[in-house]
Amino acid sequence: MGKAYKYGDNVDTDVIIPARNLNIMDPVELATHAMEDIDADFANTVQSGDVIVAGKNFGSGSSREHAPLVLKVSGVSAVIAPSFARIFYRNAFNIGFPILESSEAAEKIDAGDEIEIDFKTGIIKNVTKGENYESQPLPEFMANLIDKGGLVEYVKAK
Amino acid sequence: MSERKAQTMTQKILAAHSGHEFVTVGQFIEADLDMVLANDITGPVAIREFDKMGKSEVFDKEKIALVPDHFTPNKDIKAAENARDLRAFAKDMGIVNYFEVGQMGIEHALLPEKGLVTAGDVIIGADSHTCTYGALGAFSTGIGSTDMAAGMAIGKAWFKVPPAIKFVLSGEPSEWVSGKDVILHIIGLIGVDGALYSSMEFTGSGVAALSMDDRFAMANMAIEAGAKNGIFPVDDKTLAYIGEHPSETTTKHPRIFEADADASYAAVYEIDLSKVRPTISFPSLPSNTKTVDEAEELSIAIDQAVIGSCTNGRIEDLEVTARILSGRKISDGVRCIIIPGTQAIYLDAVRKGYAEIFVEAGAVFSTPTCGPCLGGHMGILAAGERAISTTNRNFVGRMGDVRSEVYLASPSVAAASAVAGVITDPANL
Repeated sequence: MGKAYKYGDNVDTDVIIPARNLNIMDPVELATHAMEDIDADFANTVQSGDVIVAGKNFGSGSSREHAPLVLKVSGVSAVIAPSFARIFYRNAFNIGFPILESSEAAEKIDAGDEIEIDFKTGIIKNVTKGENYESQPLPEFMANLIDKGGLVEYVKAK
Repeated sequence: MSERKAQTMTQKILAAHSGHEFVTVGQFIEADLDMVLANDITGPVAIREFDKMGKSEVFDKEKIALVPDHFTPNKDIKAAENARDLRAFAKDMGIVNYFEVGQMGIEHALLPEKGLVTAGDVIIGADSHTCTYGALGAFSTGIGSTDMAAGMAIGKAWFKVPPAIKFVLSGEPSEWVSGKDVILHIIGLIGVDGALYSSMEFTGSGVAALSMDDRFAMANMAIEAGAKNGIFPVDDKTLAYIGEHPSETTTKHPRIFEADADASYAAVYEIDLSKVRPTISFPSLPSNTKTVDEAEELSIAIDQAVIGSCTNGRIEDLEVTARILSGRKISDGVRCIIIPGTQAIYLDAVRKGYAEIFVEAGAVFSTPTCGPCLGGHMGILAAGERAISTTNRNFVGRMGDVRSEVYLASPSVAAASAVAGVITDPANL
């Protein structure tokens, strides 16, 4: 369970992790800059289990895998949005960082709401408001890849 | 028995690379890769993931390209360490297509020039602008570092077969209108997620009126509409370009794929090139477009003009810049930074006299680097400063301070604005 951070449409990878920091390879150090260009308090206030709820096309722009990585390392348990930019979606999946597509959840969750997610069913529970929202089920191919332990494990087995 | 299925150009390329007679939208496939690319930012992360995969060798030493272009020549100690790690990996693995500073260019200008990507290829790159090579009639798309690592290890990548949006181009662009204006116009029309997960297929009689440099600029920015790839049909200009740029290191086999006439598209847009005006993306989204006529009415003063990048650092971009700057001076109070895409383009600009024109006009003429495009180095903006730039993104903080602004435009509009000090139509200079 964690509290929700709420952002708008088209949150791009340049604000998730600004390129000026991409000379840093240590994920923990890099994560101190997460979201700093749209939310200067994020890195200082985020707690393990918190969720990011945003508008459409989350993660647009650069292919930098550093973007889902800093959110994962920051302790964010999932991002919920109506839609994701395709490279961010792919990267998040490849590194085992859960993202959920749900227009209803993205609309109804407010900043600070307590959120609980059942990753097996994709049900998003808003504890504060006493509401449940459904998310899009994962395509079978991707669910299988997760079962195999992600892309690194998949390649290892080849 | 399989009945014939009409396919888009992208679907045909993906089918041919995954052992299928045809593929359908939404199908998951594993495709053989013809080229796998990374740079000095995404490469070190990919190497870290590659090491976890337990492979001692890369799948093919000729089919990987490593290009340190983002923070090079090394901008600081950390960047130097990352470039060092990339260099060491290339050496350890015997990777043929590693390009050191001095031969290096901006990756998406460099790979076509070096003949490392060709028509009909499937290419992945750990850089979102990898979609550039669609100009050559290849399926080419940006992915992240873990996909890149997997590509290096097994020479394959998984894809969900995308639907396609067709852009039927007609007519010819007027003077001062380039491929950059056309793609900004299209992004303005459909939005930054207008082609999310989809292919953008450019077609129609207007394609013939676009140079290869125009097409590279257009395919390059397909990602700015959220697309998986952008792709052009292969014509005489494509084949001439490929013929003039053979690879010295890697054997390549161009293959021509054509969309079926009855292929299915999620949407079709008709674009009359003769009606496209010089177009500018206002802060802070590429889709926030206005024509140069609308921009001129607002008298937007600029502090910096950047001409370069994987979108617009090619020879035609420098040629039009030289045409505008010849005999003129950069406006007082404007810093004009011109960055060629590759060493060959740089040399060409020197030999053709463009370098002299740039320096005499009072502009900086730099070695190739991605540099300021992503706020790396070589032209960072302070709070309150405003740039016109031929790069591809104008997100908040992209070129520097979060309170700075980037306006995206073509090289001719950027050069004219550098001379005038305000955003200006080159026709009115």
